[in-house]
Amino acid sequence: MNPPELVFDAATIAADGRILLGPISLRIDRPGITVVMGPNGAGKSLFLSAAHGLLVPDQGSITWNGQPASKTRASRGFVFQATPILRRSVRGNIALPLIARGVSRARAADRIAAALAEARLDTDPAKPAAALSGGERKRLDLARAIVTRPDVILLDEPSANLDPATTAELEQSLRHISEGGTKILISTHDIAQARRLAAEILFFSEGRLLEQADTASFFHQPASNAAQRFLDGER
Amino acid sequence: METLTEAWRLIASFDATLVEIVSLSLFVSLTATMLAALIGIPLGAALAIWSFPLRGVLVVLSTSFMALPPVVVGLVVYLSLSRAGPLGMFGLLFTPSAMIIAQTILITPIITALTREAVLPLRREYDLLLLSVDAGNWLMLKTLVWDARFGVVTALLAGFGRALAEVGAVLIVGGNISGLTRVMTTTIALETSKGNLELALALGVILLMIAISINAAIHLLARFGRRYEVTR
Repeated sequence: MNPPELVFDAATIAADGRILLGPISLRIDRPGITVVMGPNGAGKSLFLSAAHGLLVPDQGSITWNGQPASKTRASRGFVFQATPILRRSVRGNIALPLIARGVSRARAADRIAAALAEARLDTDPAKPAAALSGGERKRLDLARAIVTRPDVILLDEPSANLDPATTAELEQSLRHISEGGTKILISTHDIAQARRLAAEILFFSEGRLLEQADTASFFHQPASNAAQRFLDGER
Repeated sequence: METLTEAWRLIASFDATLVEIVSLSLFVSLTATMLAALIGIPLGAALAIWSFPLRGVLVVLSTSFMALPPVVVGLVVYLSLSRAGPLGMFGLLFTPSAMIIAQTILITPIITALTREAVLPLRREYDLLLLSVDAGNWLMLKTLVWDARFGVVTALLAGFGRALAEVGAVLIVGGNISGLTRVMTTTIALETSKGNLELALALGVILLMIAISINAAIHLLARFGRRYEVTR
């Protein structure tokens, strides 16, 4: 199966007459993990939200396999930077996307068990989700994003508040999910994480896409000064 | 002291008149709460979730009508149901149905406004998640009302408490007819004025116990609900 094709065609996101993101033109059609990098305020979260269709472009278009992103959200999963937790059990939280797609109760139970295992969330599914730790909540959000077996998952800085061990486990889950054929887009400002995960890097600065490159060539010789400065700042 | 002993005897012996009055009170107010819930829960949730024409007006009305004076509601329902009124042909005046209608009108704004208040913060918090999973309107409503369930049940209990305790509306539209429309509050008012303090006091004690139970239930619900509340 070909990986899904994401196309931004001169897309801009604006608010109050000010352009916050773009114009961006790009095509992502390779398998594996695409890492969205850039300093704080570069537009990484906006880019992911727009790619998932949570924001509709003010100009241009954003499509997955030719269909507008905002009309195809059900075929993707999204992991938020600030994990939204429903006031219900762990199981109830993960079930939401399945209910939205009308999956039967019997099939939902199997899917939830599989998603819990894949996200490495080892907890009693009946307990209130609010009782989970920060790391567990992130894994819950991941389980919720993959429970419908989507073609694509997008993760907005998933390891921003996680300790190194939890981050390593999350990355392992992501690699495993990616190897299973699911396309992953993930944003981070953690250079080491990008090196570990990425097949491809998108580098953003001040709402503009400055580079789209192979991981090796990006780290070896970034094309933009902004990217070079970003990498230098971390060394 | 003698009055108190006699009142206690009435309660302890399940006095037939007492039981009849308490049962009618509970029947009328529970039915009114159920009807008000059918209107108030979806309306309150809709006011929290969607923008539509007249939303602002409905929000202001539901909030200001929370403190509707029962006698005014009673008067309006009386005029509507009286023989010359627009609903006079149903012959409902001075029946338990009239009392249910009056109490439903009285507490629907309470349940609507409190449901809206319970749903509103969740709507803001869940907005992007619900959008990201492509939840339709029906799933959005169900998810938000269910997750606001502790607040919604508190709204129902508050409405029920208000219905049970009010006297003005049921007195006007029910007429306080012995064996037919006599409820706890109207009986207390009548029997006290007649000097028959035992029955009044017995009913007062029961009413107070129900009020305390309702508040205890609200308190317990809030405590239980906190288990599901998210802290960051």
